[in-house]
Amino acid sequence: MSQTTTFEQPNTGTWDGGNEPLKASYGKLMMWFFLLSDAFTFAAFLTTYGLARHRHKAFEGAHESFTFSTEWWPVPDKVFNAFPFFHGVDWPLAFVALMTMILILSSVTMVLAVEAGHRMDKNDVQKWLLWTILFGSMFLGCQAWEWSHFIAGTEEGRILADGSVVHGANLVVNQYGPPLFADLFFFITGFHGTHVFSGVVLLLMIFINTVNGVYQRRGHYEMVEKVGLYWHFVDLVWVFVFTFFYLV
Amino acid sequence: MASHSHHNEFEQTGELPKAQTAVIWKTFFILCALTAVEFAFAFLMDPGTFRNSIFIVLTIFKAFYIVGEFMHLKHETKGLIWAVLVPSVLLIWLLVALLVEGTFYGESVFNYFK
Repeated sequence: MSQTTTFEQPNTGTWDGGNEPLKASYGKLMMWFFLLSDAFTFAAFLTTYGLARHRHKAFEGAHESFTFSTEWWPVPDKVFNAFPFFHGVDWPLAFVALMTMILILSSVTMVLAVEAGHRMDKNDVQKWLLWTILFGSMFLGCQAWEWSHFIAGTEEGRILADGSVVHGANLVVNQYGPPLFADLFFFITGFHGTHVFSGVVLLLMIFINTVNGVYQRRGHYEMVEKVGLYWHFVDLVWVFVFTFFYLV
Repeated sequence: MASHSHHNEFEQTGELPKAQTAVIWKTFFILCALTAVEFAFAFLMDPGTFRNSIFIVLTIFKAFYIVGEFMHLKHETKGLIWAVLVPSVLLIWLLVALLVEGTFYGESVFNYFK
């Protein structure tokens, strides 16, 4: 037993934790695995949507003659055809396409923020984070408009057997078709919207830290990169929601 | 970017390197083009299995660009790429299996008394 004090040395051996087999930091790895688990959540939603859809008849008639009915699953471009400030105009899927473009743009500005972080360019990181926050908030605003329009419905509504009229949608009944259609709309886009909102909150936090020079003092902008991973995942989920809810 | 030790050289010279954004914008235009193509098919083709297959293939292409370029997975180590890809592929397989089997089961229960 020697009585000399030895300072702790960092491990460098292959088998004692001294190397990084995946060449990525702990935080980035854990973000990746969290996002994998999140993908399972949305996959469960999409599975539910597919099964609910297969339980209902598809609309067989000509596209122009489509009417809302609980007999068949609605055709999405007949449901989502409104555009803000163009009341009563039939623009199928135009607003959803705009929302998709906004979210893809926000992904681009996020990558530019990460790229600026690699160059330790504080001003550029701030600029691109602000753009990302702006586009993310715009997307949330669009979703709020879409929800309120979906809930309020059209003037015509859908006439029931007893002569009463249903306008818009809630969790029990809706004018567009089977109750499950509106339920799944609320759950899937609502869950995604919650993710976008969380993303905007995280972006605001790292923006404040960037302005205060936290990452500049730390010597790297890895936190921007990790929030970036989350943000792109939200964009990715929207790509799938856009396809399976609005196009198919 | 695995190492974060390279920043010291900028601090000493006080100069920032030029931004490398060409690949980012190229990816953006590819994503826009794919979305536009999907959008066109939504109106030019009649609904059906064939159209849906086109949508799904284009969506997977878009997913590859977002994950590969924006999330940088293309440039990570092989081990990390497999760690993300293998569960994702199994997940897609699960989704397809649940949809096919669940639909079949639902049909048989629903039509049992017909």
